[in-house]
Amino acid sequence: MSHLHLDQALVKQCRNLAREIARPVEKLIDDHTTVAIERATLRLIGIEGAVQSNSQWVPQVNLIIEDLQKDGVLGRGALYWFANGMIQTKMSAVDLGEAVAKKKLKLPELQQAPEKEIREKALNLCQLARANLVSQREMRDSLRSELKDSFDPQGKNGPILYVIVATGNIFEDVIQAQAAAQAGADAIAVIRSTAQSLLDFIPHGATTEGFGGTYATQENFRIMRKALDEEGRRLGRYIRLTNYCSGLCMPEIAALGALERLDFLLNDAMYGILFRDINMKRTLIDQHFSRKIIALSRIVIHTGEDNYLTTADAVENGHQVLASQFINECFAKHAGMTEDLMGLGHAQEMDPEHPDVFLLEIARAQMTRDIFPESPIKFMPPTRFKCGDIFYSHLMDAMFNFVGVLTGQTIQLLGMPTEAMHTPLLQDRWMSIKNAKYIFNGAKNLGREIEFKQGGVIESWASKVLKDTHGLLSLIHQKGLFQAIEERAFAEVKRTETGGKGHDGVIPRDSQYLNPFFELL
Amino acid sequence: MSSQVAEVNLKKLRPYGDIMDDGTVQLAFTLPVEASPEAREAAVLLTQKMGFEQVKVATMEKAANGFSFFVIYAKLKHTIDFTQISVLKVDAPKRARDEVDEIIRTQIGRKLIVLGACTGYDAHTVGIDAIMNMKGFAGDYGLERYQWLDARNLGAQVQNEDLLKLAVQEKADAILISKVVSQHNIHIKDMKELIQRAEKMGLKDQLIFVAGGPRVTHPMALECGFDAGFSVGTKPSDVASYIVEEFLRRRSRRAGKKEEPS
Repeated sequence: MSHLHLDQALVKQCRNLAREIARPVEKLIDDHTTVAIERATLRLIGIEGAVQSNSQWVPQVNLIIEDLQKDGVLGRGALYWFANGMIQTKMSAVDLGEAVAKKKLKLPELQQAPEKEIREKALNLCQLARANLVSQREMRDSLRSELKDSFDPQGKNGPILYVIVATGNIFEDVIQAQAAAQAGADAIAVIRSTAQSLLDFIPHGATTEGFGGTYATQENFRIMRKALDEEGRRLGRYIRLTNYCSGLCMPEIAALGALERLDFLLNDAMYGILFRDINMKRTLIDQHFSRKIIALSRIVIHTGEDNYLTTADAVENGHQVLASQFINECFAKHAGMTEDLMGLGHAQEMDPEHPDVFLLEIARAQMTRDIFPESPIKFMPPTRFKCGDIFYSHLMDAMFNFVGVLTGQTIQLLGMPTEAMHTPLLQDRWMSIKNAKYIFNGAKNLGREIEFKQGGVIESWASKVLKDTHGLLSLIHQKGLFQAIEERAFAEVKRTETGGKGHDGVIPRDSQYLNPFFELL
Repeated sequence: MSSQVAEVNLKKLRPYGDIMDDGTVQLAFTLPVEASPEAREAAVLLTQKMGFEQVKVATMEKAANGFSFFVIYAKLKHTIDFTQISVLKVDAPKRARDEVDEIIRTQIGRKLIVLGACTGYDAHTVGIDAIMNMKGFAGDYGLERYQWLDARNLGAQVQNEDLLKLAVQEKADAILISKVVSQHNIHIKDMKELIQRAEKMGLKDQLIFVAGGPRVTHPMALECGFDAGFSVGTKPSDVASYIVEEFLRRRSRRAGKKEEPS
C-alpha cells in the first residue's frame, strides 16, 4: 500500500538512470576476477583449513591464491589449476589444499590434463558445492517453518527487532545473544572487530579477543548459529543471525555465511569505498560474486546508505541515500537477487532540534517504503546526536521506533541508550527491546489507519527528496559512477578509481578463465 | 521564605533529590543471577556496601534467564568538601572564530597547520568530523572554515606512525586525535604510544597534541602525555581557542628562554 502521492514517472526515470549508471560497471565486473573471489571459490569447494605461521593462523586459501598470483596465472581462474591438481595427484580437494598451502607442491608446475577434462572436473566440484549450499538453505528454511517466523519483507507484520552483540569474545557473545532473544530480539548481529574489513584474509577458529567487536570467522559463525538455533527451539521462535559481508574478504564472508546458514549479511560495496577506503573496482567486482552466492542461498542483504547520514547532514542529504539505493538495487538484480532479498538501508539521523524533525523523518521513511514496496527496508537508529544522557537517548529511540512502525519498516536496528558510550551492556539491550515491543505493539496498525495530507509538509518533503535524487542520478549518469564518487557525490567523501586498499588484488580474466560458479550460482 | 529552605552546605556536599541534603541517588545494574527474593536482597546489600542507606528497589526485572536488572533509589551516606576541590582544566580563554583568525593573522602572520585523525583501529569519525569539517557542530563552524588555520582531516584508522611522519612532512603545528570506540582501554594505549613515538622523534615539544572523544578528559589526556583533552560537547572554537593560545604561550616561553644567558 502506497501512502504518499509520489510522481511515479519520476521514480521510473530514477530506476532507468540507475540502470544506465550500473551498466558500464557491470562490464568491468564481468571482465575481472579478484584474489578474494578466487579464495571464496576454493572455500566453497571445502578448503577451510589454515596453516600456522609464527603465532598466526594463515588460511590455506590465502596461501594457494598468493602463489598463483605470484606466478601470474590467476587470470585463468584458481579452479583451473586446482581441478588439474586433483586430476594429476588424485588427491581430495581438502588434501590437495593442504599440500599446496604447505608448499609441498606447486599447482602450475604439474602436468596439465586436457582442457575438457579439467573443465569437467571443475564443474563437478562446483555442482557438489552448489548442492551443499542448497541443502544448507533448505535446512534453514525447514527450521524457519518449524518455528514461528514473523519476518515479512514488506514489513506487514511490523518491524522485526534487530540488536547487536559486540563483546569481542564469541562465547560471551553467545550469552548476550541468547539473553537478547529471550527478551524478544528477532535478529542478532555480531559486530566485527574494528577494521576487520581491511584484513585481506579471514581469521581462523573461535576467537575471544577483539576490538569493538568479535572477528568474523567460520568457527565463530558456527558457534553462534548453533546457539541461536538452540535458543530458537527453546523459545519457539526462529532467531536470525547477521554478519558483515563488506571489506576485502566480501566474497569469502558470503561463502561462509551461506555455508553456516546466516540469514542476513551487510553487503555494500559503496560502504567499503566511502567509509573504509577500499578500492572501488575491487569491491564492486567482489560484491557481484558475493551477491551471486547470496542470491542462491536466499540471504537478505543490508545496504549501508544509513552511513551517508552520519557523515553528511541528514536533513540535506536524503537524496544521496535514495540515489544509492536505486544503484544498489541494480547491482543486486544484476547478480540475480530478487527484491525481497534487498534490505535497503537508511537511518533516522536528523538533528533532533530541527523544526518539525519527525515530519521530515516520517517523509523519508515512508518514501523509502513506498518506492521499494517489495524490499525489506532496514532502518538504523539515531547515533549522530546521541550523547551521554541515556534518558534523552532512550526517548530518541522511542521516537525512532514510532517512525519505524508507523511507516512499515521491515528490519529495525534498535538504538541503545548508551550509544556513543560503550558497546551495549545486557541491560542496555533489554531496555531497548522493551521500548520497541511497547511501541511496535501499541502502534502496529496505525500506518494502515492514516493518510498524509496531500501537498502537506510530509508529502512535499518526500517529493523534494525524490526530485533531488533524480537530479543527483542525472549528474552521476553524466559523469559516470567512478568520476562522481571522485567528486564527492556521496557522503561528502572523495575516492579515486585506483586509490584505496585492495587494488592490487584485481585481476583481468583470461579468455580461458574458468569458474563454473558464475553460471551455477 | 529562603530561611525555610536549607542552604547548600559546600563543606558537606551530597546529592540532591527534592530536599536539600537528602542524598538521593538513582542506580541501575544487572546481577548475573535469576530474578528472585535472594537476588533482590543481594542488590540491597551491595548497594549498602557502596555507602548507601534507605535502599529502595524500584524494580527488579528478569532481563534474561539467569540475569536480573535493578533500578534502585537510595540515600548516600558520604559527603564531599566542595571547597577543597581543584580540577585541571584546559587553560585558554574562549574565543569566537573571527577572534581566533584575527589573532593568528596579526600575531603569528601565517596559517597554523592542524592535522586531525581518528587513530589506531578506530573507524568512528563522528568526533573528528564535528571538529574539523567545514560544517562543524551545533552551529559552530569546523576548523576547515577558519581562514588562518590550515586544517586537514585525515579520516579514520590512521596509524600513529603515519600521522607523525605526515606531521613532520607538512610542518604541522598541532595534532588532533579522536578516540570514540574502544575495548580493554585500547584508546589509552594508543594515545600513550603516539606520545612515546613523538618523544623518540623529538616532536613532543614542537607540536601541540590534543585528544578528544567521549572517553577523553583533560586530566586523562595530560596523563597520556597530551597537552590537552576535550570531552563530549566540545565545539570547534574551543579547540581553536586552545591551539592558538598554546601556540602563543610556547612562543613567548621560547622567546623568554632566548634572553637567558647561555
